[in-house]
Amino acid sequence: MSLKILKAGMLDSIQDSGRLGYQQFGINPGGAMDKYAATIANILVGNNNNDAVIEMHFPAPAIFFEEPTMIALSGADFSANINGTPIPLNHAVIINKNTTLQFITPKNKSRCYLAVKGGVKISKWLNSYSTNLIAEAGGFSGRKLLKDDILELNSSTNTYKLQDTDDFKILPWGANEDFGIQFKEEFLVMLGSEWDWLDKLSQEKFLKNPFFISHNSDRMGYRLASEPLHSATKTELVSSAVNFGTIQLLPDGQLIILMADHQTTGGYPRLGNIIAAQLPILAQMKAGDKIQFKFTDHQAAENLILKQQQHLTQLEIACKLRLENYIHENYRY
Amino acid sequence: MDRLPSYKIASLGETALIIDFGNTIDESINKLVHSLFYQIQNDPIPGMIEAVPGYSSLTIYYDILFIRNILNKQTTAFEWVSESLKKFIPKENVETGDPQILIKVPVCYEIEFAPDLNFIASQNKISPGEVIYLHASSIYHIYMLGFLPGFAYMGMVDEKISSSRKQKPVFVEAGSIGIAGKQTGIYPFRSQGGWQIIGRTPLKLFDKEKINPVLFKAGDKVQFYSITKDEFEDIKSRNA
Repeated sequence: MSLKILKAGMLDSIQDSGRLGYQQFGINPGGAMDKYAATIANILVGNNNNDAVIEMHFPAPAIFFEEPTMIALSGADFSANINGTPIPLNHAVIINKNTTLQFITPKNKSRCYLAVKGGVKISKWLNSYSTNLIAEAGGFSGRKLLKDDILELNSSTNTYKLQDTDDFKILPWGANEDFGIQFKEEFLVMLGSEWDWLDKLSQEKFLKNPFFISHNSDRMGYRLASEPLHSATKTELVSSAVNFGTIQLLPDGQLIILMADHQTTGGYPRLGNIIAAQLPILAQMKAGDKIQFKFTDHQAAENLILKQQQHLTQLEIACKLRLENYIHENYRY
Repeated sequence: MDRLPSYKIASLGETALIIDFGNTIDESINKLVHSLFYQIQNDPIPGMIEAVPGYSSLTIYYDILFIRNILNKQTTAFEWVSESLKKFIPKENVETGDPQILIKVPVCYEIEFAPDLNFIASQNKISPGEVIYLHASSIYHIYMLGFLPGFAYMGMVDEKISSSRKQKPVFVEAGSIGIAGKQTGIYPFRSQGGWQIIGRTPLKLFDKEKINPVLFKAGDKVQFYSITKDEFEDIKSRNA
């Protein structure tokens, strides 16, 4: 039982929630850019939250399934279809044998996650499925997926008795992405160690001015374009650890926000950190998008990530129950 | 020995915090960081994900969800981890033993591998030959690993070959030896980097097939020695 990449996308890679515990060797955590969407896709098909998913960008791949299987898509809407008929995001979909998953147009967001029931059959590198593109390790051969790659799947029993004439069947419940907090372009920031290095005027600009995500942005970091900010000191910083969401001041006065494939340490001044609950939103933004910063504190930031996690936990419990009932009622085996 | 240097605890977002002993490159402070790091590794705080030593700081990443589940609502995970760390911080700076592992690293300083050698020479008003001589005549301490898998931050280089970082990072080839301030280091992979490049080693610094894929570890000692381009090619072909 396997899936085959008929056509490669721009950057399709195997990811999970990241490789933890190896930053002391300079090996970064990586993992899905939008861990929230990756988790929702896994939850919908009854996987563990940390199972391997395929992270896709647009242009997205065409994927052929030779056996019936259950899949779910979450994150960006790339107008997914099975053999030409649209399928929705945030639903588990049972697809028939010999069907092709394709994507037509990017309607919103940047990254779409595909989870397959039971997960992809690959081995872990340093305790994670995530692809480390720089080290060429982890994931599928340490690289992005290419045309004609065949990925074995763990789920081996054909329990989905679809009519031969049906290409797929959408399960009648979906996941709600909204966890009760509306975010727009405003990102909440925790104060960084070198915030004081900015001169007064630059501190005001940081909180007042819009910043635009530049084309020079990827899984490692988003470079922002705006009026340059100035450090009031000529001090050079010795290197220390950084984090997903750390906002650094580059020597030319522009900012970079470190993303999932960030380096483990850095020597540029750290002005602040985007809160964890908003990283999935940032991960879905595109070049040209506008963002603004507003400071927050530990209590608020921790409460938001707790609220997000509670939503996922409730979703997981609900989906598991419905999935079990559905399989029990429809497929006696 | 000495009184413990003063420190502050700062947040690195709400998922990590930094115990910071000041913006300094100092071997005794770095050894204090390592001793703290190994203590915490051996006796982890509940909810700790990992710890990462820097030159003069130790960063602790933690699981907010796990920690908040064991706390009352008024205490933040940040406050709790900060408080839990205090028992590890010694009252005075005790000098720990040196592992005394010396790794000799061959470097080809020829100009095609050393795009910034002339820049460092002219900036410091010395000849390129003196830069090479000074770089290869010290034994360096590995303060930390970071930035890229297996990238070791070493120091300190002689004042006469120190150099500022580049204004904008450029692409740097695997094995490139760089200088930034008084730090020196080796790029294990082709990547973007802002250090001034003065040579290249044919050694493989990272091997994903090994249980420990990284050649260096924090606390090791390193000495560079100059090789010709023929020797470079020879070592490289034997390591491939």
